[in-house]
Amino acid sequence: MSLLGEINDLATARGIALAAHMDITWRCNEKCVHCYLDHDDKGEMTTDEVKDILRQLADAGTFFLSISGGEPLMRRDCFAILEYARALRFNVKLKTNAVMIGPQQAARIKKLGIEQVQISLYSHRPEVHDAITKVPGSLRRTIDGIRRLKANGVKVSVTDVLMRYNHGDVRAVKKLAKELDVNFVVDPTITPMLSGDRSILSLGITHAELEELMHTEEFVGDVAEYCSPLSTHGDDVLDGYSCSAGHSLAYISPYAEVYPCVQFPMPCGSLRKQSFREIWYESPAFTELRAVHVRDLHTCSHCTHTAYCSRCPGLAYMEGDFRGPSSADCQKSYARTGIPSPAMSRAGNRIPQAAAGLVQISGLQ
Amino acid sequence: MASNGTYLTQSADIASRTIGDDTIIMSTLDSTVFMLNSVGTAIWNAADGATPLSRIVQDHVCPEFDVSDEQALADAMEFVDELVKHGILLVSDVPVPPREAL
Repeated sequence: MSLLGEINDLATARGIALAAHMDITWRCNEKCVHCYLDHDDKGEMTTDEVKDILRQLADAGTFFLSISGGEPLMRRDCFAILEYARALRFNVKLKTNAVMIGPQQAARIKKLGIEQVQISLYSHRPEVHDAITKVPGSLRRTIDGIRRLKANGVKVSVTDVLMRYNHGDVRAVKKLAKELDVNFVVDPTITPMLSGDRSILSLGITHAELEELMHTEEFVGDVAEYCSPLSTHGDDVLDGYSCSAGHSLAYISPYAEVYPCVQFPMPCGSLRKQSFREIWYESPAFTELRAVHVRDLHTCSHCTHTAYCSRCPGLAYMEGDFRGPSSADCQKSYARTGIPSPAMSRAGNRIPQAAAGLVQISGLQ
Repeated sequence: MASNGTYLTQSADIASRTIGDDTIIMSTLDSTVFMLNSVGTAIWNAADGATPLSRIVQDHVCPEFDVSDEQALADAMEFVDELVKHGILLVSDVPVPPREAL
């Protein structure tokens, strides 16, 4: 196990929120078609509130801090917040679309010792990227921002969220990332809106496209190994948790509300009413979440895919039951192995038409 | 190399957090991660730029751990040299003014 893995296990065992994701605003200068946020400002945290919460997080043992949004640079105090976070010795990652990163901002990010800047990049073609962000010229400005960050020696990672509009460009985006000398991540998951509206899920790629992605060496590595189903899982898996949300990870909204993760909108408390420690250690929601091990999952504990499934309890929560399966992850495991999960078999209609031919995939022969 | 008269300062190019008796440190320059045990944490947290290493060892290491003064200082110097090599700790022969508080 890596040292970071050991540290995360140590934090989980000690009940410490080792990582926190803080959206300092949900306002944004782009209007991405797949965005799950409500961009209206409903009373964002003040600068002092943010600083107070950062102090509380540091006191509670939080080490990894993601500052995100919306577009965090929409706040005039974004750099004051970043500077304060670094003075508190957080390991800080900044999630931005880089549109507002000029030469001065790039130099300042470097000087502050931001660990990494994470940027979404949807296509190498302006007509596609800009159509997704709904902002003409956004691809050029994002790439300009990336180049400025790189020129200053800042580590950059780009994420390509795959949708029906842009999935055909994924290889070209990866090539562009290589040219820009930045890390590349591909993400095939569209998240429902936090309001519960699931209509944007229709933007996602098809099962056949997901299956192709998961059987492509340049994205998954050794296809045969990646796509081979494991038939058994032991107590180490059953005694574990689906992910770190609520165990060593906390999410804080622009309105000072605490959740297990940005993708897990189960309310745990408000930092305008309680301290972080009170919420983290005493919230009934966190207590309930932490009591659930993999063996307690009514469907997933018996599933063939349990050992390697990326089951997201937040997506399951948004489907109505955080102890239940997340259909997006069932689809991923299915696309990966060709074996439907028990949840999919039960649902029946969720198995796509292409299912009949999946076991013939050459990588599995 | 560190000596008993060395003054220690934590680099600004790091992220760090002490959790219980242990401390996580990550260099923002090369993302190298360190985990300090309780002895390392005691030295790290006392690295204020104003206290010489010999005093740190005398005040924070020897009373807490069953080890001779000589051995403690030798081990501390080795530890400091390792962190200095990675740019995590800075050393000086003279006291270093404190950084501006938040």
